[in-house]
This record gives sequence, C-alpha cells and structure tokens, in this order.
Amino acid sequence: MDSKNIMIVGVGGQGTLLTSRILGKLAVGAEYDVKLSEVHGMAQRGGSVVTFVRYGEQVAEPIVEEGQADVLIAFEKLEALRYLHFLKKDGVVVVNDWRIDPITVVTGAASYPDGILERLKKERKTIVVEAMAEAKRLGTPKVFNVVVLGAAARHMTFSKELWLSVIEETVPPKTVELNKAAFEAGYQLSV
Amino acid sequence: MSEKKILLGNEAIARGAYEAGVKVSAAYPGTPSTEVSEALAKYDEVYAEWSPNEKVATEVAIGASIAGVRSMCAMKHVGLNVAADPLYTAAYTGVNGGMVLVVADDPGMYSSQNEQDTRMVARAAMVPVVEPSDSAEAKAFMKYAFELSETYDTPVILRSTTRLSHSQGLVELEERKVPEDVPYERNAAKFVMMPGNAIKRHLVVEARMKKMAEDAVSMPINRAEYRDLSVGFITCGIAYQYVREAMPDASVLKLGLVNPLPRKLIEEFAAKVDRLYIFEELEPVIEEQVKAWGISKAVGKEIFTVQGEYSANLLRERVLGQKMEFTPEKDVPARPPILCPGCPHRSVFTALKQLKIRAAGDIGCYTLGAVAPLGVIDTTICMGASISSLHGMEKAKGTDYIKNWVAVIGDSTFMHTGVNSLMNMVYNQAKGTVIILDNSTTGMTGHQDHAATGKTLKGEIVPAIDIPALCRAMGISRVREVNAFDQEALVNALREEVNADALSVIITQAPCALLKGLKFPDKCRPIPEKCKKCGACLKPGCPALTKNEDGTISIDETMCNGCGLCMQLCKFGAIEKIKAGE
Repeated sequence: MDSKNIMIVGVGGQGTLLTSRILGKLAVGAEYDVKLSEVHGMAQRGGSVVTFVRYGEQVAEPIVEEGQADVLIAFEKLEALRYLHFLKKDGVVVVNDWRIDPITVVTGAASYPDGILERLKKERKTIVVEAMAEAKRLGTPKVFNVVVLGAAARHMTFSKELWLSVIEETVPPKTVELNKAAFEAGYQLSV
Repeated sequence: MSEKKILLGNEAIARGAYEAGVKVSAAYPGTPSTEVSEALAKYDEVYAEWSPNEKVATEVAIGASIAGVRSMCAMKHVGLNVAADPLYTAAYTGVNGGMVLVVADDPGMYSSQNEQDTRMVARAAMVPVVEPSDSAEAKAFMKYAFELSETYDTPVILRSTTRLSHSQGLVELEERKVPEDVPYERNAAKFVMMPGNAIKRHLVVEARMKKMAEDAVSMPINRAEYRDLSVGFITCGIAYQYVREAMPDASVLKLGLVNPLPRKLIEEFAAKVDRLYIFEELEPVIEEQVKAWGISKAVGKEIFTVQGEYSANLLRERVLGQKMEFTPEKDVPARPPILCPGCPHRSVFTALKQLKIRAAGDIGCYTLGAVAPLGVIDTTICMGASISSLHGMEKAKGTDYIKNWVAVIGDSTFMHTGVNSLMNMVYNQAKGTVIILDNSTTGMTGHQDHAATGKTLKGEIVPAIDIPALCRAMGISRVREVNAFDQEALVNALREEVNADALSVIITQAPCALLKGLKFPDKCRPIPEKCKKCGACLKPGCPALTKNEDGTISIDETMCNGCGLCMQLCKFGAIEKIKAGE
C-alpha cells in the first residue's frame, strides 16, 4: 500500500510526543515500515508543535509535506487551521474544539480568528471532538489527547484491539483503565 | 531471533555505540544531540557523563581512547566550536582505542543560534565524517565509524541533523561486542604535540586522508544505485530520503562517507548519468569539490538553497518543474515558544523591565526574554558570552554606561563557560552586575543535570558545586542570593547592585517549573470584585492568564503553578493565592 501520512499538531505541552509514540508502536504492531518525526527543544515551550507519522510497505522520508497528509489530528483548533494546507484534498481533519490563545493574542498584537471550525469544514472533511468535556467527565482533563486519538482511530487502518493493547503498554500503569476509557469515548464520538 | 525496535535517530546512535563496545562517553547537552547521551547512560556497561562543556567532553573521550578503549563524545554543531581545540590536534595524534565524535547540525535552526555545517569544520580539521540517513543507518554507521577510527588511526565524526536525530525508524538490535582494550605504550612522537613532533604528524594526517579518499571508492557506506540514467543525484544524510520520495526512479550516488570524498566513484557516476544534481543540505561541500574536479554538468546550489531543511517538494518544484501551490490559511496568528507558566525567568525579567535595565543574554530558555512582552534581552551570541560581553561594554564605555545593563546567564551555562568570563571580570577589575538564573537544571534541552545540581548523568547523587561559594572564592565580595519569585527583593537587589561601583553577582533561585518531581499545589485565583482592569498582571505574558471580555482576568488552574508573580503585580489585591487543600 502507499504510505499513510498522519500529522499531529498542537501546542507544546499538550502531549503530541506521547501520541506519536502510540502511533509508532501501532504501525510496528501491524508490521508496517514506519517513520516518525518530532520537534524537541525550544519549540516545546508553548509554541506550535507538529509531529509526523508515516507507515506503509516502505517509508523513505520521515516527514509529511504540504498536500500529503491523510489525517490531521489537532489538539487545538487554531493549529488545525495553521496546518490545513498539509492535508490532501480528500484528507480528514480531527480537531479538538479547544482554544489556547497564543502569546501574540494575549499581548493584543493579533486576534484569535472567529469561526475556525466552519472554515475547516468548508475546506476538508472535519470531525469535531469535544475532547476536554469528555475527559473531564472521565475524571481528568489530562486524557483529552487520548479522546482525540480515539476519534481519529476510525480514519486509520489499525484494529481497535491493537489500539487498546498499545495504549496499555505505553501509558503509566496506574492510568491504563482511564486511558482506555478515554480512547473508547473518542471512538464512540466519531461514529 | 533478532529484535526490531522503533528508535529515535539519537537512540539508534547510542545503540550503535553500545553494540560497538564503547566504554566511555562524555557530552554536554545541546539540541538536537542530547538524547544520544541520555540513551547511552541507560546501558550499565557504558560509563557516560555530562561534562561542563564540549571541550572537556572531547578531552575525556581522547583520554579514554589513549587508555585503549572505544570512546565517544556528543554535541550539537556549535558545541563542536567549543571542542575545536582538542579536535584539530586529536586529528594529528590519532587514537589508540577507536574514538567517535557525534555532532548534530540544525538546518532550519529549530533550536540554535546559527546554521553552520559540521562538514566544513571537519574539512578544516582533516577529520573523516560519516553521515547516516535514517535510524537503521545511524546504528550501523556508528559501529562502522569505530572501525574506521581504528583502521585509519583517526578520530571520526558521525554527523547527524535535527531531522535525523529526532526522527524514529525501525532498527534491528544486535549483541554488544567489546573489542579487547588496546595496550598503552608510551609514544611521545604520536601523543606529545610539540612542534618537532607535530610537524611529522601533519604529514601523517595528509597521507591518511589521501589513503582514505582512495579507499572510500570501495567502502560499503558509499553506494551507487543505478536506475534511470537520464538523471542522477549525489546526496547524503536525510536528503537521500527526499530524493527517494520525490524521484524513486532516479539514479543515486549515496555517500555515507562525506569527508573525504571518493573521487573515482563520483567521476564514474557522473559519466553514466545525463543530468547530475548535487543534493546536500546547508553548504555546497560536495558540490565545490565535484566542480573543482571539472565535472561541470553538476547542478547544486544554483537551484537548491543553502538555508534550512530540504524536502521532497523542493525536488518536485526545482527538478520536476511541478507547481507546488499550497496556500496556508490567512489570518492565523503566530504561536512562538514562550516561557512556561511559573517560570522563574519571567519573574526576574519583569523586575528588569520595571527598572528599565537591559540584559546581555546567553544561551538557554531565557533567550525568550528578548521577545515581547518582556523584551529585556538585547544580545544573544553563544554560551558564556553574556558575562564577557558586559565586561567588554564596560571597558569600552566606562562604568556609568553599564549602570542600566546586566548580564543574565543560566546555572548550566555558567558552569559551561560563564565561569571563565567571570574570572576575567575579577582579574581585570571590571565592574558590573551578573545575574545567574539558577533554576537547578539545564532547562531548554530537557532537564539535564550539571556540576552544580548534585546529580550525574547516571543518576548518582554527588556533592554539588556551590555557585555562590564559587563566586566568593574568586574574590567577589558582593554575591547575593535572592528568591526568583520575590519581586520586592529582586527590585531592591538590582537597584543596589547596578548602582554599586563594583562587580556583583545576584543569584536568583527557584527551580524550573518543568523539573521532574516538583509539585505546585498552590494556585492563584482572581477576585473579580476587586479588579480595576488595569492589565498589570497580564504584562509579563504568563500563558495561564487571559483577559475576559469585560476586562477582568481568568487564570487557568490547570496551567497555573501558583508562582505568585501576577499577585505581586496587582496593586488592588485582586489576585489571591489558594494554598493546597483550601
């Protein structure tokens, strides 16, 4: 098969690295070739963060370029808008309906755009996830990213059993049940 | 059965070193090289340390090599400048046990102050360079680099780039094989580099590089892949993957040894393909040599850039002539990195801003103090330069000129090279105020320990170097320790010290908000009834605070670390601190 190209975008500190690692293990579990690319260092300090995951028969470059992504997973909606042009025309954006103001907005140098979700929907197939509310319902907002992953799972080729077993081996032991519940919640949301 | 694992480029480099039987590793953290040493430290069989800087780390590796074991050091590209002194002469002495320097460049400058190309330094130092193009090769090339080092009696550089170091790919794990230690025998002609000996060694270096260039023609890490002969690429490192992605049918000469170059192999490849492109990130290192050999059909920087990272789309556009029309959405505000909520630097910079004091800055998270809304840092050059450049300003313009200047430097950067600059200020009777932002860690690279934290890379608890005592031992009498979150104490200390005609050091203390194991149970909470909507609390740009539509503020309790900076800035008592459990 042609490689499947996934992008995970968000704000430094939202857990994009953890989620890309889950995707990497999924691809290994499904016996694909896989490459991932991450951003470390200064860009993690509350800045815009992007992580690439590519899997398939054989993967050459580790990044996803403009116009090449099949799935854009966004933990914050402004970041979905920022990277929208990386999506193929028939790609899917799975977006957490959550707003974090960048410093440029906080200081008044720029304003946070209105109607982001509508703009996304106009351009590409868009799945909106109320991940923060779901995560809070489960007990902690921290697992919102796994809720988003659950919603995105329907647009990738891995079995649900594989997802759950990879989540189990990746997250801290004490949080396994919570994270599995978060995944399930997201999975059901995107039906 | 061999195990396949998904590894970060840096982890694969560490794995390669481990399998090659490396016994000693030394490094100073620097993005994108840091994880090499962190991964290596997890192997019990390997001694791995954080050294205060890259020069020291390289010398530790040299010593271990002379003692007869395989050794290595790791650093980012600018770290190689600090290590340049030992590097150039280690090329002369050669090695005893194999020695490899891992150097990670940063095309695109994700986390660096310049975009230099390590291959240029290696050419000047006459040191061979291998360059892998994914995690599997990173491991394999690391092992090969040790073999090259011993075969040719030379230190070898393994060059990585951010994209390789921070990408993950599948790697097959193999057993660790430790070669027997090489016996040490006194050999002053080889290891004592005084002129009489060094003159002879220079000839050895020249002959070695010539021999390597000849042998490189048949080295397995240099590989000609003949496909469609109408177009061929000479490429190396991560750029190889972009060629394979965009033009899978093109012929490729993939160079694993990028210094010295296999001339015959290149000439042969060039003769077989109709069109020839040299596709290398950053400087035209291969291209200039190829063109100097008279291969005039080669096309490189005429159509590719010397700046930033390459991509498959770059090839699609410049070679295939495809239109790359991707229009980013309009009106998307930038989201630059910022200091974290509860970061002690924000508090110190707020005090500097209030007093209208400029800062000569240094390398670390605190560089973010240069941008809005804080904007107090005026200069950032390199590790340790804050203190020495403040010194230069005072010598140029006199003491009055630097009454509204300070130097700011982190604790790790101070231990790296800042300490030398401070000694210079003492020696040359300088005046001025140096602030050491002591957050008990190397922050920006992801929290590594150093000589003043009391913990080693291997996790051992050791006596910490006492920074205030170190400063006093140099003969500085005005050394003050201040809580980094106490605005009143900071402002008072700053006022007194910049006006005291003396050399003073203010050590502002509070741990990095991201330091592992720290808990911040206290939270700040607004009291809207008391709020006068003046916006004073918002000025330092803490990401936990947002302005409501009515002009009052909200504080995100999941982000707030209860540092109390906003509370101290509010003149109306409209922010309170809620203690844990209240």
